Amino acid sequence: MAYILIFITAIFVNNIVLSQFLGICPFLGVSKKVETATGMGAAVAFVLTLATLVTYLLQKYVLEPCGLAYLQTIAFILVIAALVQMVEIILKKVSPALYQALGVFLPLITTNCCILGVAILVASGTYDSAGLEPGLLSGVWFALCTALGFALALIVFAGIREQLSLMAVPKAMQGMSIALVTAGLLAMAFMGFSGVNNGLIKVFGL
Amino acid sequence: MNNLKVILNGIVKENPTFVLLLGMCPTLGTTSSALNGMSMGLATTAVLIFSNIIISLIKSFIPDMVRIPSFIVVIASLVTILQMCIKAYAPEIDASLGLFIPLIVVNCIILGRAEAFAAKNSAIASACDGIGMGIGFTLALTLLGAVREILGTGCVFTLNIFPEQYGALVFVLAPGAFIALGYLIAIVNQIKKQ
Repeated sequence: MAYILIFITAIFVNNIVLSQFLGICPFLGVSKKVETATGMGAAVAFVLTLATLVTYLLQKYVLEPCGLAYLQTIAFILVIAALVQMVEIILKKVSPALYQALGVFLPLITTNCCILGVAILVASGTYDSAGLEPGLLSGVWFALCTALGFALALIVFAGIREQLSLMAVPKAMQGMSIALVTAGLLAMAFMGFSGVNNGLIKVFGL
Repeated sequence: MNNLKVILNGIVKENPTFVLLLGMCPTLGTTSSALNGMSMGLATTAVLIFSNIIISLIKSFIPDMVRIPSFIVVIASLVTILQMCIKAYAPEIDASLGLFIPLIVVNCIILGRAEAFAAKNSAIASACDGIGMGIGFTLALTLLGAVREILGTGCVFTLNIFPEQYGALVFVLAPGAFIALGYLIAIVNQIKKQ
């Protein structure tokens, strides 16, 4: 039950983009078409889950036993950069079709702050784990759900922007300005989910 | 004289937030109040100035192939130092900015300026660019924080403008960040055209 709660909380209640403000750059940058948004969402989901798994193990079995916890930021960003490179090389060999589909989005992911952000949250055990003991399994599940939330927000937003590009917008509002106001309205819609997690805790009896 | 121009360029003509549209995550995430916005801006400024200086000093030793990874290591080290200093001397800032301090590493302004300016110019000019961009970023964050705080709670810093019950709380919450920044960019666009 707690895993269902993490799933709903991470996707709807505390959406990574619309209420935590992580990963805004790709959210605004690659949301002009639904197709590219789907590609980016898939690439982020893949890398985020993998990166969280690797950085969690690195933190627990290398950095903390050696007393090097203060190197967290440096170690994590290097691991993420290396991981993205590796995923790119492996995908190119194993599944050229998927590599073609994700293409340009893979290298962009290194500087996506939701990857580093979620990795730090999980490694330091400060994420919303719905009453479970923060650990590897719930951490990775949280990362996957967060990434799905990112993909959902990105795809919905891209759908709205596709429609928006057909509208007449005041000159000063064109481009980023109207996109930000639209994102604000979308965030307001997601605020409708706030409190759902507390209700579910009661329903599940957690 | 030329260095002054570089500084002004960062504040007005190429303002990182309103014109270049870089570093949106901390811009939206930390501006729930003017004070939080300003502390985030100053923290980023400190990293930006030192990373620009260091990168422009070491640029001739670094092979082109490993340029970006080495820049990231320099920036990550500076952010770690900053994080420790903030934890030690200003724990209340650490509590309110939280996760966004280590995330300065992936702020595109810093890597962007390293690549676009510091990798091509002298240390002094790069320091000036860091100061200008930093001040521009800090001003933008403080402005956005102040707008959100005034509309949301009726006070800014410690100055009380109208009673709190008339404030629109949504501006302090997440949607207000997007909407306030959207309209501020529209206003800047309008001023630029005239």
